[in-house]
Amino acid sequence: MIEVKNLEKSFGDSKVLKGVSTVFETGKTNLIIGQSGSGKTVLLKSLLGIHIPDSGTIEFDGRVYADLDPDEKRELRTEIGMVFQGSALFDSMTVEENVAFPLKMFTNDNRAKIKERVDFVLERVNLVDAHRKLPSEISGGMQKRVAIARAIVNNPKYLFCDEPNSGLDPNTSTLIDNLIQEITKEYNITTVINTHDMNSVMEIGENIVFLKKGLKAWQGTKEEIFRTDNKDIVKFVYSSNLFKKVREAYLREG
Amino acid sequence: MMLIRYLSQIGRYFLMLKEIFNKQTKWPVMRNLIFKEIDDLIIDSLGIVCFISFFVGGVVAIQTALNLTNPLIPKYLIGFATRQSVILEFAPTFISVIMAGKMGSFITSSIGTMRVTEQIDALEVMGVNSLNYLVFPKIIALLLYPFVIGISMFLGIFGGWLAGVYGGFTTSAAFIDGAQMEFIPFHIVYAFIKTLIFAMLLATIPSFHGYYMKGGALEVGKASTVSFVWTSVSIILFNYILTQLLLGS
Repeated sequence: MIEVKNLEKSFGDSKVLKGVSTVFETGKTNLIIGQSGSGKTVLLKSLLGIHIPDSGTIEFDGRVYADLDPDEKRELRTEIGMVFQGSALFDSMTVEENVAFPLKMFTNDNRAKIKERVDFVLERVNLVDAHRKLPSEISGGMQKRVAIARAIVNNPKYLFCDEPNSGLDPNTSTLIDNLIQEITKEYNITTVINTHDMNSVMEIGENIVFLKKGLKAWQGTKEEIFRTDNKDIVKFVYSSNLFKKVREAYLREG
Repeated sequence: MMLIRYLSQIGRYFLMLKEIFNKQTKWPVMRNLIFKEIDDLIIDSLGIVCFISFFVGGVVAIQTALNLTNPLIPKYLIGFATRQSVILEFAPTFISVIMAGKMGSFITSSIGTMRVTEQIDALEVMGVNSLNYLVFPKIIALLLYPFVIGISMFLGIFGGWLAGVYGGFTTSAAFIDGAQMEFIPFHIVYAFIKTLIFAMLLATIPSFHGYYMKGGALEVGKASTVSFVWTSVSIILFNYILTQLLLGS
């Protein structure tokens, strides 16, 4: 579980996070949604330790991040898996080497054991014949799956995904969403996903945090999002006619 | 305002140097990175260094010969002047300025691209000291840079001999006499001390510009240009300081 308390972050005169408090639960897919500029990415990067908050605390299962010494912070980071928006695969390494990277860096496993684990996670993300390919030789959807495989290869406790569906077709997006949700359940990970994609909200939104102008404007599940009267979230989620009709049908049929 | 910006950048550069030596990457991983950097930075530079050294050495010999119009000046001075120019300045300093363009832009653009595509963020999030992972192997690989300069010295003088003798400007014996005349071994030590300092500059200044760049693909190109300018300026400046310190007294 990750607990965020009164998180504030400014860049120059611009206050991006204005006291966000929330809890991201273990074994659930926690989604951060909101318009561009609402502070989603800053919140995610603060959770990752890339941005240092001006005030407030972030607790990883009771460990306050700001109170950890540099070695403890690095130790904590080895418990984190991250799927970046652009996948961020190391382009000089093959798929296999990318996935093996965290194991080579942080374990003393021998080659055979690393190979076994890499084969296992690549199979888990349905990539069995791309081991020797470079990231530039595979599709965007495959790159996302490699990024997921790399993020989970070290058995992380926390998985962060920044716009995991961006640039993917609807079919591949759904596959990626379902894969992340399955992995979250299977390994009991605390997963935090930063997304714009309303399909993801409807598919895997078990705990949704809606940010507006640096503040938490709403929090709930995908079922609650159909019934909420919160004007901000209704305006944001149901801006497309398709989702408006889905909501009307849901409310009509109870 | 500009001065404060420069001072702040210099401060940031020294903080980066400190961070490079913190939290070392595991040796088996680092060893592979060092071999890769030796290949990228040293081996891949040999061709251009050999080519330039050979022909510039030849040009130095021809220019010296053409300027020795007084018949009282002995022809062995062609060999002497070629040796001195190549060992003292051409090989260590001007090859390093050329390497600031070749190696420096490669280092800045490769690290800059990693920054733009969030690969550096990925390393940091995993708990890897990205500066140590990216820059330390380059520093170690460039400890072999004096060998490149040694080859440059040899080929520069060899090119001078070939151009001097086969161009009809001097005899082989006179050139070799000149090349051995009043040889001061400390000049070699001086040249290699400079080379090691330049190697450090070549590894770290382009890395600094790549690592701390912001923006997209266009900014990667701009960072490479800025990195070349600052690496060259630093090499020329340190060349002056080291020459004053080592030979001036």
